[in-house]
Amino acid sequence: MSILINRNTRVIVQGITGNEGLFHTTQMVLYGTEVVAGVTPGKGGDWVLEGKIPVFDTVKQGVDVTGANTSVIFVPARFAPDAIYEAADSGVSLVFCITEGIPVQDMMRVREYLDQKGVRLVGPNCPGALTPGESKVGIIPGNIAIPGSVGVVSRSGTLTYEVLYALKQHNLGASTCVGIGGDPVNGTNFIDVLGLFEADPGTNSVVLIGEIGGSDEERAAEFIARYMTKPVVSFIAGQTAPAGKRMGHAGAIIEGGAGTAADKIKALTNAGVQVARHPEEIPGLLGG
Amino acid sequence: MNLHEYQSKQIFARYGIPIPRGRVASNSDEVKQIAEELGGRVVVKSQVLVGGRGKAGGIRLAKTAEEAQELANKILGMEIKGLPVRRVLVDEAVGIEKEIYLGITNDRASRKPVMIASAEGGVDIEEVAARSPDRIIRLHIDPLLGLREYQSRDIAVAIDLPKEYWRQFMAVADGLWQVYQDNDATLVEINPLVITKDKRLVALDGKMVIDDNALFRRPDIAEKRDLDVEAPEEITARKYGLSYIKLDGQIGCMVNGAGLAMATMDIIKLYGGQPANFLDIGGGAGAEKVAAAFRIILSDPNVCAVLINIFGGITRGDEVARGILAAIQEVKPTVPMVVRLVGTNAEEGRRLLADANMITAETLAEAAEKSVTAAKERCNQ
Repeated sequence: MSILINRNTRVIVQGITGNEGLFHTTQMVLYGTEVVAGVTPGKGGDWVLEGKIPVFDTVKQGVDVTGANTSVIFVPARFAPDAIYEAADSGVSLVFCITEGIPVQDMMRVREYLDQKGVRLVGPNCPGALTPGESKVGIIPGNIAIPGSVGVVSRSGTLTYEVLYALKQHNLGASTCVGIGGDPVNGTNFIDVLGLFEADPGTNSVVLIGEIGGSDEERAAEFIARYMTKPVVSFIAGQTAPAGKRMGHAGAIIEGGAGTAADKIKALTNAGVQVARHPEEIPGLLGG
Repeated sequence: MNLHEYQSKQIFARYGIPIPRGRVASNSDEVKQIAEELGGRVVVKSQVLVGGRGKAGGIRLAKTAEEAQELANKILGMEIKGLPVRRVLVDEAVGIEKEIYLGITNDRASRKPVMIASAEGGVDIEEVAARSPDRIIRLHIDPLLGLREYQSRDIAVAIDLPKEYWRQFMAVADGLWQVYQDNDATLVEINPLVITKDKRLVALDGKMVIDDNALFRRPDIAEKRDLDVEAPEEITARKYGLSYIKLDGQIGCMVNGAGLAMATMDIIKLYGGQPANFLDIGGGAGAEKVAAAFRIILSDPNVCAVLINIFGGITRGDEVARGILAAIQEVKPTVPMVVRLVGTNAEEGRRLLADANMITAETLAEAAEKSVTAAKERCNQ
């Protein structure tokens, strides 16, 4: 079992003829993901991947013709908010936005609109999701994870790969890995994913990878204490990060003394979460 | 990106928010001339991007144009918290009846803009929030609807503003909302917004922080960036698409990915070292980018060793290794280098680097340990 994506996920790729879009579409197809359509306005009628995937002018057309139920967005930041609105209006129920660098005021409007529509967005500024052995949507390298029962949720990209890789070294597999992204305002938060993992019979334990900035980890800690029966293990990046500096991710910043790694670790520890001192300790905490 | 007070107030004025008459100057002769035009009684305000200008003596009242010139001579060329004062704002002195706080910022937790107001203006708002939280009014704004008139009135009522000022206040609040929206701000702040003795509302001070991710569509604002507040290495890094932040330790770090870069800093500390920097080389690792990263890391004289931690996901490890080798040829670093390459084609990459006399490591812990040891040996600690 898994959350968000599985072998029945039918993907439409927005920005499929761009460099990144085409490269990652190829990777997704090689992994076994059911990529059924692509969108690039003005290139409708073309085909990519040696005639395997049709390109449409609009998301709506692609969804109507192919029955896609999930969109993944690889378009530049200045066009990405519009791409998300278009996806939300096309009939898909799940949208992944990989794009980094979307202005935060755009994201506040996007999130408000999507909440009203009941469409789930994962990201932006995220690596997407991977259900090992079934489907990957986004850019997580498929070969670093094996199928299993550990749910992984993270605000980071390569740090998540690091954890998946460490799990694999200890023969621990993942049910699904979800990257929720490093922006201050995103579509899906830790507690949304924790709730899905708690309800998923294929997930027995959860790894939560957080970082400095905001209060998403603190709210996750409250949620875990109240609702989670499955064990949660965590790692929080940025214990050595200085205050007031944006550490690469738009959302990774300690502001007005709030959002420190120490606060987050304390909240999680108080909620019964075992917090690893570094990523390679995680498999041991899971009993691997 | 932060704007100076004079820049913020110029923008406020364009949106109908009253500001004191005044101009910015970079030498004391100009200051004298501006002060004469304004009638002599002026405030000379240093324009540096730090808090606490007043306490540092960077904001002074002058009764005459001559005094303004004298004060400007003192303030210009002063350093406030390490930043040189290159400009002063010369504003007419305003008779103050009452000081209010008004600001708009992003509330991450609720994912909405929030308007913040207090009847206690002119002081540090964080202090007010800590001391008497009930004196702080917070009101969320629907990002799709924008600020509604009734909300501004709600705030005027909540801060006990006399009825005669409501109309003026609502215009200021609406102007501030437009400023926030039109400029992609993450913070706009008037502190204080004053009621003058002649019963006007005036924005005496102004502050704006702009979303760096939105600068592509705000070219007029992007060019206002004050490079004094940034370390020169951070400016160079940005040119190469690198994200670099200088720290105080001895171990330079080069990592792909922001989260992994922070985790690498943390594990260095865990093993008894101190990171010299945060550096995310981002996706791909071509020789040019890696070389730029090396030059920036090694420009820090405190660096005793460098730890390179690359998780080759889609990027291939052997490609990264070749990038590193080419960069080393060019930069010729003399400090020990510890490399950890994991992921696609990592074995091949590690072999290439071991041949080049670099210390290699398989795990993150091993890499941290080896770099801490190498740094200690190098700097005889």
